[in-house]
Amino acid sequence: MAAESVGQGLQQVALSTAFDVHFPALEVVLPLVAAPLCFLFRSRAFARILSAAVAWLTFGVALVLLQKVLAEGTVRYPLGGWAAPYGIEYRVTVAGAWVILVVSLVAALTLLFDSRGSASRLAPERRYLYYSAFLLCLAGLLGMAITGDLFNIFVFLEISSLSSYALIALGRDRRALMASYSYLIMGTIGGGFFMIGVGLLYQMTGTLNVEDMAQRLPAVLDTRTVLVGFAFLLVGLSIKLAVFPLHQWLPNAYTFAPPRVSAFLAGTATKVSYYVMAEVVFVLFGAHFVFTEIGLGAVLMPLSVAAMFVGSLAAIYQADLRRLLAYSSIGQLGYMTLGLSLANVEGLTSGLVHVFNHGVTKSGLFLVVACVGYRTGRTTVRSMAGLGTRMPATSLAFVIGGMSLIGVPGTAGFVSKWELIRGALAAERLWLAAVVLVSSLLAVVYVWRVVEMIYFGRPEGLESLGRDGEPVREAPFSMLLPTLILVAATVVFGLWSDPTLSVARSAAVELLGGAGG
Amino acid sequence: MAATETHAQYVMGETVRLLDGPLQALLHPALPLLVAGVVAALAPPRLRKALLVLAPLWGAWNLLGFTSGDLVSAELAGFELILLRVDKLAFLFALLFHLAALLAGIYALHSDDRMQQVAGLLYAGSAVGAVFAGDLLVLFFFWELLAITSVFLIWARRETASTRSGLRYLLVHIASGVLLLIGAALHWIEFGTLVFERMDLGSAASWVLLLAIGIKCCFPLLHTWLVDAYPAATELGTVYLASFTTKTAVYALARGYEGCEPLIWIGMAMAMFPIFYAVIENDLRRVLGYSMINQIGFMVCGVGLGAGLGVNGAVAHAFNDVIFKGLLFMSMGAVLLRTGRINGSELGGLYKTMPQTAGLCMVGAASISAFPLFSGFVSKSMVMTEAAHEGYVVVWLALLFASAGVFHHAGIKIPFFAFFAHDSGLRPKEAPLNMRVAMGIAALLCIAIGCFPNALYALLPYATDYHPYDTTHVVQQLQLLFFSALAFVTLMLTGIYPPELRSTNLDVDWFARRAAPRTLRVLAAVGGAIWYGVLAGLADVLKVVRSVVRWLHSPAGRLGEPWPTGTTVFWAATLLGLLLLFSYLGSAL
Repeated sequence: MAAESVGQGLQQVALSTAFDVHFPALEVVLPLVAAPLCFLFRSRAFARILSAAVAWLTFGVALVLLQKVLAEGTVRYPLGGWAAPYGIEYRVTVAGAWVILVVSLVAALTLLFDSRGSASRLAPERRYLYYSAFLLCLAGLLGMAITGDLFNIFVFLEISSLSSYALIALGRDRRALMASYSYLIMGTIGGGFFMIGVGLLYQMTGTLNVEDMAQRLPAVLDTRTVLVGFAFLLVGLSIKLAVFPLHQWLPNAYTFAPPRVSAFLAGTATKVSYYVMAEVVFVLFGAHFVFTEIGLGAVLMPLSVAAMFVGSLAAIYQADLRRLLAYSSIGQLGYMTLGLSLANVEGLTSGLVHVFNHGVTKSGLFLVVACVGYRTGRTTVRSMAGLGTRMPATSLAFVIGGMSLIGVPGTAGFVSKWELIRGALAAERLWLAAVVLVSSLLAVVYVWRVVEMIYFGRPEGLESLGRDGEPVREAPFSMLLPTLILVAATVVFGLWSDPTLSVARSAAVELLGGAGG
Repeated sequence: MAATETHAQYVMGETVRLLDGPLQALLHPALPLLVAGVVAALAPPRLRKALLVLAPLWGAWNLLGFTSGDLVSAELAGFELILLRVDKLAFLFALLFHLAALLAGIYALHSDDRMQQVAGLLYAGSAVGAVFAGDLLVLFFFWELLAITSVFLIWARRETASTRSGLRYLLVHIASGVLLLIGAALHWIEFGTLVFERMDLGSAASWVLLLAIGIKCCFPLLHTWLVDAYPAATELGTVYLASFTTKTAVYALARGYEGCEPLIWIGMAMAMFPIFYAVIENDLRRVLGYSMINQIGFMVCGVGLGAGLGVNGAVAHAFNDVIFKGLLFMSMGAVLLRTGRINGSELGGLYKTMPQTAGLCMVGAASISAFPLFSGFVSKSMVMTEAAHEGYVVVWLALLFASAGVFHHAGIKIPFFAFFAHDSGLRPKEAPLNMRVAMGIAALLCIAIGCFPNALYALLPYATDYHPYDTTHVVQQLQLLFFSALAFVTLMLTGIYPPELRSTNLDVDWFARRAAPRTLRVLAAVGGAIWYGVLAGLADVLKVVRSVVRWLHSPAGRLGEPWPTGTTVFWAATLLGLLLLFSYLGSAL
């Protein structure tokens, strides 16, 4: 196997002299190199342009990669020419390409968003640090999805986590520091658990390459060490994925982070962790071991259902819009992990398509809140009162995004939910389908609260005045554009769901048919 | 000629004359009355009155241009509709309806009520259209038109009670129409044709159609609309109502169910049960309503007895019934118009000031009681003779009893309580001239038909050589009548006869109108209480759920508040332990 891999790697390098061979590496290297450049040039304008350009480049590369993967199958790239399993191999699967596409798209659009005003704690002349951290985080997230090496996953996980702690701590509200610190503790524990798991598995198999390890694991599956390693891996990822009851770092982090950071992390960070969890479960250990022998479903399914309800119910009671959206995210992640725990094609497809659908929806909504915050100076539900006439486009964007959260037909959220219900029915769990529908009603409640405020609420007293004591107006175009693009995407891919669904389905099929399954 | 042959099946044993070109200057027989009705809706009062009299005459003249075998068909959406089919059965009924429309028209001349005049003409026209309808769809059209036009005659009284009564009437008749349409659809499915011909009971369509016709025909238990609605209409409206709806139904029965045995027993029941109600009923027009059901019972029985004397008797009796029952309703209408009262207990002694009306009423009473030389005798005896001839002894006895009963409640009771009995002290004027003229014509017809029955017999669908005036018939009928009169006199003198009480008698519609709503109300109250309890319980549960949810999930709640990091770490450890346990158990098993 090892020799074969070596051969393959060499062949790829040797036969193809075209530049696009290096795209898997380029995808990670671009933001990784741009980050210190931002730091070195110490110019806010330069950093802003560079980061946006890099983000769009990574998006372009991701698009090419996805097409290539779909056409030719898994793309392998031995880093530095060192073939797997000895060297680090970048391995782009359909699922991985799909996730980096979402991540780079959300990054590109949030960087396009013109974050005016003093949205972060940094003095304007040091704002380049923000972009540095942002690019590092992007590089980490992309790397997690691209690399085919377990330890490398850990490294990228830590890069993205550390930079995101920094980003969250930049929030203007002083509570951002506490939120960041809390996330730091939890994220470090998560990362540590993941590392412990990787260490235990390395001890038993002697390899770090995912595919190679998947080949060797079946021989030692019944050892306690592997079982403990699996448990550590899974709990570590569950923390990053904010699985109930390990979700409490998330609401504060998203609430107090700078607006664009909330939008970016909400659309990407948990999604990448979801991909890694799917890879660990289906590729590394195989669905048979995880679901039949260990019975992970019995743990993950109830927790997912609990997350759906706890997240949505808590969202109903929130006074702060970003907090509301954060709790809603916990519920939506519940749908994704539920799809994973079904361990069938429909369920996993719904989870993977929700990576995209929820990514654009939630990022769009966080950007809407950023627009509202910029004009009104507040981000409470109350601050939306009467915005229907004063910020019509922003208001409409929230309504559409909210409909997608509910899963109204014609929006992206419906596509994922429909697939999830199909998955539940395919697994002959009718009650799960019912539970999904009932929990969607909770989303109606928390979305309606805001919509009612937008169109029927009356601003009282000083509430009609904006941030600088001026009347509230529509958000500037440079803020509105990326917001509307994301919201429009929820409608476009809600109505025209073929491309997203077909990619997600082939990714699911690929994962389920993975090694060891 | 090919077309003639294909249509020959529709008109058995007659020469078919297709009327699909501008063959003759003839209108569809229903058109004169319908057109007159529409014109009357816009015309001034004087012209309306002229139309009331002239339209039936014009229609009758038009009708006389048709002969048996005439056929008009049209194609609509793939269905061949037979708009007009003339044979002796339909012709006789159409003639009767024109006669009835004429009498009612003359009777109505004193009134200026546009609603009643228009409704009356349209109503008569729909009845004519219905008897000439050659297929079930056209029949359905006129069937519903009958219901819709006639209900205005009830509403014309403009009282709350009659409005509600009219609504019930409309509901019943629309239901009948819907059943007819369903029956037509079933007929199309089962036989692939909509032509309305004789059916054998057995197919689903035949039963549904029988039910539809039975409602209009006042089959037992389906009869309540009649005694509910007819007394609620105006004095004029009841005269119209009494002539058309039930007779159209009798026509439909004779057309579709000739010789179906169940009809004999249904008819027998119809002839019997109303007698008891009629004897104790106080409202004299309702008495006539029950008497009407009793007379229709004879007709239904005759139809059930089948071709020949049975159907002849049924049809002849329908013809006579329209005239003498119309006469009786007209006399009661005159009493109602002049006194404003119609209850037997409030009337009496009116002969002193309304002698002509009293006399004419007694002619009608004699006719309905089937005195020899009056019209009832020449037709009713046909049905009874046929029943005896066919060996239905029980039926014959029952009809005999019913005849005695009719004499009792219609022949004696109506004139006696209205015009004689104890003097109520009322001294109303004689009925208006037009009413007396109408009643006079009707009375003359009663006597004329009674004396010269052969004119009527010639119009009957089946050739007949029936002779009503033989010794047996006359003697038997006279015995019956005299002993019946003796019984009445004895009962009156001994005081046993049920007094006319100011009371409401309960018919089976009590169940629909009182018991059912009351039961429903009780059920609703009980159900409401239970439902309220359930709702209250649910509300309590919801309250608890809400407070629990709030306690758990609100920003100050267990799951809604930000946890200390330690709590999350604790849960991470717990989850790890749980997973380890699961893995251990899973791998150990």
